[in-house]
Amino acid sequence: MIRTVVYNIIQLLFVIGLAPLYAGALSRLKEIIQSRRGPSVFQPYRDLWKLFHKDEVISSETTWIFRITPYLVFVTPLFVTILIPVLTAYPLAFGFMGDMLAGGFFLGLGGFFAALAAVDTGNPYGPMGASRTRMVGFLVEPVFMIVFFTVSFVAHSTIPYIVQQKWVASPAAFFSPSHVLLLIAFLMIILAEGGKIPVDNPSGHFELAMIDESKGLEYSGRGAALMKWGGEMKIMVLTCIFLNVLFAPWGLASDQQFLHVLLAIPLIFIKILFFTVLLVIIESSLAKLRLFRISEFLGAAFIISVAAMIASIFSVA
Amino acid sequence: MQLIEGLNALSAGLILLTAFGMVATRQVQGVMRFFIVQSAFLAASALLIGVGRGSIHLLALGVITVLAKVIAIPWVLRRMLPSDLYERREINQAINIPTSLLLALLLAIAAEFFLSPAVATSTDPIVRVNLPIGLAGILIGAYTLIARREAIPQLIGILAMENGAFFAGIAVAPDLPLIAELAIAIDVILIAVVIGVLTRNITQTIGSSDVSLMSELREEPRPWR
Repeated sequence: MIRTVVYNIIQLLFVIGLAPLYAGALSRLKEIIQSRRGPSVFQPYRDLWKLFHKDEVISSETTWIFRITPYLVFVTPLFVTILIPVLTAYPLAFGFMGDMLAGGFFLGLGGFFAALAAVDTGNPYGPMGASRTRMVGFLVEPVFMIVFFTVSFVAHSTIPYIVQQKWVASPAAFFSPSHVLLLIAFLMIILAEGGKIPVDNPSGHFELAMIDESKGLEYSGRGAALMKWGGEMKIMVLTCIFLNVLFAPWGLASDQQFLHVLLAIPLIFIKILFFTVLLVIIESSLAKLRLFRISEFLGAAFIISVAAMIASIFSVA
Repeated sequence: MQLIEGLNALSAGLILLTAFGMVATRQVQGVMRFFIVQSAFLAASALLIGVGRGSIHLLALGVITVLAKVIAIPWVLRRMLPSDLYERREINQAINIPTSLLLALLLAIAAEFFLSPAVATSTDPIVRVNLPIGLAGILIGAYTLIARREAIPQLIGILAMENGAFFAGIAVAPDLPLIAELAIAIDVILIAVVIGVLTRNITQTIGSSDVSLMSELREEPRPWR
């Protein structure tokens, strides 16, 4: 029991500690591909360090929502982390506290408060970005639901650990038409939720075109650092769900030995780095969609996920 | 064998995905690319099943598919038609793209539903995977044929129907005589050539390959849109 709690804490530290490195690796790789000289891989850590040492300015017009949001945005990915397999293939202490839907709701809570805080500021760009993220959010939601339900239909459980073991145990279920379609649909959701290029441009600095970034414009100092860190962790958590539960459920520590759990840290991170290559290829080869094309993109994700559901229902029956 | 079945199922999923892609893309070139990818997965599936069942016919079929659909047809169409046809975006589709995608989804569901009794009688996993997705491919191809107005996507709709029939066929009748498949492959290339020539003439006459402009016949020359 104590051991699994310790492993859970290691898991949390893994996500907290390496999420900026993941973001840094992603932007660095993107710049290499676009033949630019980008900042180092460790730049996100420096940014966070700088922001934590700056003064924080909070408008006197804002309410408690604005003040509490950075903490919520920072904490909600951590709640999801204790529910999903990040380093170990067996359930840890809090593994049965909630299922995949709970994870989705936690991420949704953070996003909801971020949108509220953006409206709270009265900054003209904030509410615009907030309403756009809500638009993306409610188009993503049904796809999330259908992906999760299809997965749990195949695995007979909504607990991510059990789903992960199901894919490892039966390759027949892993290689099925519905699984391929699920992966594509989930990848499209990650692109939309993470603010990646076909939906949103993460490196753009033009407020009118921003979707995800403009929510954090009013934050400074510690608040900005927490928002940034929370955003990086959210993408990391989604990536972990995609890789460890759906796409490549291998490389996790399968027994209780401390050494194996430590060994899983570099293995999982290497897996994540391979995934960054895929993300960078997508981001460098596609153009950003116009705002009203986003619904078409996510509609396609929805169609693919429903096709996956149908394929899995009829292949079982 | 299990790996072969798995990889076959993987290409089945990707074939369905590319069929949706053909419905969803606006650009003529994009439709063409999706068709090439779909044919490549079809060939991969034929080769895999050929290896799995030790059937020399299917191996030959896979090679023919690569030669005919991945290489010859795109090359023929590209040589024959002016390149600006490929860069064109199709704006005035009969039905807009989200609705098209929903209809394509309904067709896929119908395919799965109507074939589920037939699939239930078979224990062969390859048949269980290929048959419904092949039928879905046929229906979605037919839908592309109906909903598109440009000539080249319509042609690709026909070819996608053929792909779907082929995909179902290699699972159900793996020992089809090679001569029949060869005839079909050559037929398909001929269809591509004929429609290519026709499209070329249409483009030269009316300056567009939009078939919907041809709904009325007139003797005197008329300024086309």
